[in-house]
Amino acid sequence: MSADLAIETHNLGRIYTIRNRRERRIRKEVVALRDVNLQIPRGELFGLLGPNGAGKTTLIKILTTLLAPTTGWARVAGFDVVREPQKIRPRINMVSGGEASGYGLLTVRENLWMFAQFYGLPSREANRRIEELLRRIGLADRIHTKSSDLSTGLRQKMNIVRGFLTDPEILFLDEPTLGLDVNAARDVRRFIREWLDAHPDRTVLLTTHYMVEADELCDRVAIISQGRVLACDSPEALKRRLQRDALFDIEITAPNGLTSAMLEALPGVRKAVLTDDDGGARLNLILAADSALPGVIHVLTERAVQVRHLTKREPTLEDVFVELVGRPLAEEEGSDEQ
Amino acid sequence: MSTPPIYQSTNLPKTLSAAWRSFRIATWLGWQIESNWTDPILFAIYSMLKPLASAAILVVMYGVITNGQFENPIFPYIYLGNAFYIYVGAVMTGVSWAVIDDREHYRTLKYIYVAPIRLPAYWLGRGVARFLTGSFAVLITLAAGVLFLHVPFHPARVDWPLFLLSLMLGVVMLALMGLVLASISLMIAHHFFLIGEAVAGALYLLSGAIFPLEVLPPWLRPLGFAMPITYWLELLRRSLLGDLARGFPTLSGFSNGQLLGILAGLSVLFGLLAAVTYRLCDHQAREKGLIDQTTNY
Ligand SMILES: Nc1ncnc2c1ncn2[C@@H]1O[C@H](COP(=O)(O)OP(=O)(O)OP(=O)(O)O)[C@@H](O)[C@H]1O
Ligand SMILES: [Mg+2]
Repeated sequence: MSADLAIETHNLGRIYTIRNRRERRIRKEVVALRDVNLQIPRGELFGLLGPNGAGKTTLIKILTTLLAPTTGWARVAGFDVVREPQKIRPRINMVSGGEASGYGLLTVRENLWMFAQFYGLPSREANRRIEELLRRIGLADRIHTKSSDLSTGLRQKMNIVRGFLTDPEILFLDEPTLGLDVNAARDVRRFIREWLDAHPDRTVLLTTHYMVEADELCDRVAIISQGRVLACDSPEALKRRLQRDALFDIEITAPNGLTSAMLEALPGVRKAVLTDDDGGARLNLILAADSALPGVIHVLTERAVQVRHLTKREPTLEDVFVELVGRPLAEEEGSDEQ
Repeated sequence: MSTPPIYQSTNLPKTLSAAWRSFRIATWLGWQIESNWTDPILFAIYSMLKPLASAAILVVMYGVITNGQFENPIFPYIYLGNAFYIYVGAVMTGVSWAVIDDREHYRTLKYIYVAPIRLPAYWLGRGVARFLTGSFAVLITLAAGVLFLHVPFHPARVDWPLFLLSLMLGVVMLALMGLVLASISLMIAHHFFLIGEAVAGALYLLSGAIFPLEVLPPWLRPLGFAMPITYWLELLRRSLLGDLARGFPTLSGFSNGQLLGILAGLSVLFGLLAAVTYRLCDHQAREKGLIDQTTNY
């Protein structure tokens, strides 16, 4: 174990057991995390990128001492999450996006002040920080508003301030921009970045399923799907993996029964993703080299599919994701099991 | 890779200050929530009417059954038992309700759970507001009894030290029972949300609040004798009514000191039970991921 690691996990796993309501004997097991090994040094902004149900929230819950792991171990700030939660809690904080939590009958200031008190922050210092953080996130004019009178997005901003207020060594943000409009999401991202610039020894672990967020914001990203970490590196390094590949986006007419499997069977085609577009379809290709392209065009013409537009481009994080997970992130949206 | 040492909280002053902090802020929050009535006058009327209405039902029932024997010493016995029983529901609910309220309504339980506080101290604090409004209800009920129903009350004859000591011990005991329920609430779904009131209702008939335990079927009596509430109510009656209360058979063989001893002993027992239940339920809730599980009702 290194003293410089803010977060360290070793073969971390979590299985949920779901009991049937009627017949208690029937049990179903959901593997939410399996064999997760992460080492996150202090001062890093680390992103967990994954589709719905990937296990991101489960991992955050384990690291914030809300949930016990089924296998493996995890340390936060050097302390074991199962055996030493009391030592971890003063050093961390967390915020989950997409939920309206807080005491609606208290004002924004009162809500924040109260949580600062839980951490033993002197009242005066708490109020100073509350004013400053609210100003930075663009909520200063609502300081005396009852939090029940805030819109969902503004409430989320209040909650984000709650996370930063206690100046945690390690901050966990579970989809902090979920449900925010473009401007608010940008405010929040800038807020996170600025805070880290001002506090370089602090660590942030955030989950997201927005590519740009991971790409723009994070020092390193772990791509997670079905409970497994598939890759973990800086966004640049992840993209560089595909640098030798040739990436093409092709707009075509109606696919006429063409499937991505047919294309992936061709030599040199590493990945083919076919999505419907109005009137036609869009084909995203990852090819081992440009020389594989004629084979693809040949298959298209065989099926009387016409090419409307063809571009070659630089790899994005999305491409890395598709390559690793096997499907684009957007496709998952809204297909949550709950 | 060495295994980390098992964490032990050896730093007592730190633990105490965390507990005090949790209690103090929870008290503040509890009061904000309890007094969150847009109209304070409505709140006051409601707080008065509710206890008076339930006392009135009891008085009418007593009057019908006994043909209006309000001079019989059984009447103040019942009336006081019922009045002080208000504390049972108020304190137990006050302490245990916070778990459900924070989890289901405010969605803050997980943030409170991961904060460096002492949860039991926090829950106790959340119960203070209900204790205060409960005290108000008890006072109103007692005043109505003395003023309108000839419940005997002579300030000079009241054993004040015994009364205050018993009251304090009893409230602590009820708060500890509330902690047991709060810990259990950590693990169960919302439909038990009024667990405090439910348990208070179930124990109403078992604690000699409105009739002596002798009325119970023999197999239920031991349960009544195991409940600290039974001894607590007896002590309160004795301190207020003096010899009048001693006339009742159930506990007449015990001196005040013995009753206090039993109450204190049972309270310690409930304290231990609360500690064990809390540890078990906290552990289970973390294992199963129940801390932030809402039911969306
Ligand atoms: N309390 C629970 N009981 C049973 N299964 C659960 C529970 N919580 C999560 N799961 C399951 O565990 C898996 C991982 O869920 P998790 O919430 O960690 O995913 P996520 O990556 O946060 O997804 P999202 O992007 O939708 O928030 C999913 O299959 C989910 O259905
Ligand atoms: Mg999630």
